[in-house]
Amino acid sequence: MERDIHMIKKRRNFYVSQKIWISWLFIAPSLSGTIVFVCIPFSDIIRRSFFSVAGNEFVWGYHYNVVWHNQAFRLALKNTVLFILIGIPLLMGTSFLTALLIQSSSRRTNLYKTTIVLPMAIPTASICLLWKIFFSERGRSTAFGVLLFTFLWKNIGYNMLLWLAGLGEISDSVYEAAKLDGAGNLAIMRYIVVPELKGTAGVVFALSVINGFRIYREAYLIAGSYPHESIYMLQHLFNHWFLDMDIQNMSTAAAIISIGAFLCLFICFLYSKIRKRGE
Amino acid sequence: MKRSGILRSGIQFLLCCMIWIPITLLAAASFMPEDELIYRYSEALGLGKDTIRFSLLPSYPTIQSYKELLLYSPGFFVMFWNSCIQVFPTLAGQLMIAAPASWSFARYPTKAKRVLFSLYIVLMILPFQVMMVSNYLVLGTLNLLDSHLSLILPGIWSTLPVFIMAKFFEGIPQTFIEAAHLDGANEFYVFFHIALPLGKPGIITAFMLGFFEAWNALEQPIAYLQNRSLWPLSLYLPDITADKASVAFAASVVLLFPSVLVFLNGQDFLEQGISSSGIKG
Repeated sequence: MERDIHMIKKRRNFYVSQKIWISWLFIAPSLSGTIVFVCIPFSDIIRRSFFSVAGNEFVWGYHYNVVWHNQAFRLALKNTVLFILIGIPLLMGTSFLTALLIQSSSRRTNLYKTTIVLPMAIPTASICLLWKIFFSERGRSTAFGVLLFTFLWKNIGYNMLLWLAGLGEISDSVYEAAKLDGAGNLAIMRYIVVPELKGTAGVVFALSVINGFRIYREAYLIAGSYPHESIYMLQHLFNHWFLDMDIQNMSTAAAIISIGAFLCLFICFLYSKIRKRGE
Repeated sequence: MKRSGILRSGIQFLLCCMIWIPITLLAAASFMPEDELIYRYSEALGLGKDTIRFSLLPSYPTIQSYKELLLYSPGFFVMFWNSCIQVFPTLAGQLMIAAPASWSFARYPTKAKRVLFSLYIVLMILPFQVMMVSNYLVLGTLNLLDSHLSLILPGIWSTLPVFIMAKFFEGIPQTFIEAAHLDGANEFYVFFHIALPLGKPGIITAFMLGFFEAWNALEQPIAYLQNRSLWPLSLYLPDITADKASVAFAASVVLLFPSVLVFLNGQDFLEQGISSSGIKG
């Protein structure tokens, strides 16, 4: 009897270890490519940002100092950060409202949904020709607003689908119970919908950030390589440095951006950990 | 109640207009003859300064621009073909590599893999600017600059499809897989005969998002392709010269056509696929 159990355990362990082995086999192609195309070059970038141009002398924060005091870098960083800080809350808010609008109406939702999501399929180059027409009369000083508009136009649909998915997860019985208890629409929103959608909000935020960095396309297609200074984005700067083959500055700036991004993510992570512990 | 219903419909209608009017304007302009285009939109085409006169319908509809573009612009075809060469291998590679990886992330989550998955999400968020130099250096070392592979290879290892598919695979009930194992199926059988068929919406979503992204490529070809004869279609419009400006609208429509076709065909899957990533952050 005991021997049997022992055998079964042994076989099970063998089975589990085999499963883990195979599961790593599944990841291997993806992981190896990521290491070759991302991890190794990325660590090389970080290394370069601390060494002299010739590559043999450790110069501490010298390049960081140079890049940080570069006017163009400051401008591009300011614009990009500003765009993300304004554009993303705006996008998240408007797409949430559209999702509520769709969820509460029963008729004709399909055509409506298709319409709202359609812009994500439209190539930026196609539609930018039209944005140029719309906004050429308004002068270049409104360029930032134009970019915000095109950003919303393109991305509301995608985010709306994410919000709808989150809203769909809240069961009807919860709403009904709240209504029976005499909760108004605002109270339902505040105490049921918003807390339930925290996870969804994280995903919406992450995907919005990705698209926020891509706004360079619109900026480039509407205004070219040398746009109005209010929409001079980091990608413009990188392209100019790229033409000069200024690998040193690019590496350092890339390191600064990624350090910034990592810090933000880390703060978000800590924040969510602390919240979870509080609950 | 009735009043809020009307208000709601009104807002919906307005939103739809915001999306349909630009698309209609674009389509209408593509059917305008050259002199009408110059009369209406000269400034946007870079042909002088004049007031813009919008029109939802062309006054003298013609397919002149399409004829000019499709019959007399050999450059356009080269770029169209370049786009196909760059986009489809990227997508095929993405699916072959991301599907097993995301299945493994979703099905066998160990601590190490959770950390790895977080790393993938971080990589997904990192903007192109950050990876631009490092990719350039790698491609230079591998001697791939100025070739189609310089766009295909980095594109294949994009981590967005892994994220999308993993989120969808997580939603497949564990009992299906256990039942298959009890019937003696091994891991590979489960992957090919259960994961792939059931994960179809997730896979198609990853495919579609990848298509929209690759068809739209702008930063990568500008950076890695010095040789303009390799440029994809997405760079036809920014690169268009003043004497060809009248075909710009027709070119826009031709460019958006495949993308919209993909969208309309896969819309239901896209909705399911995107939805699954919105549940459980």
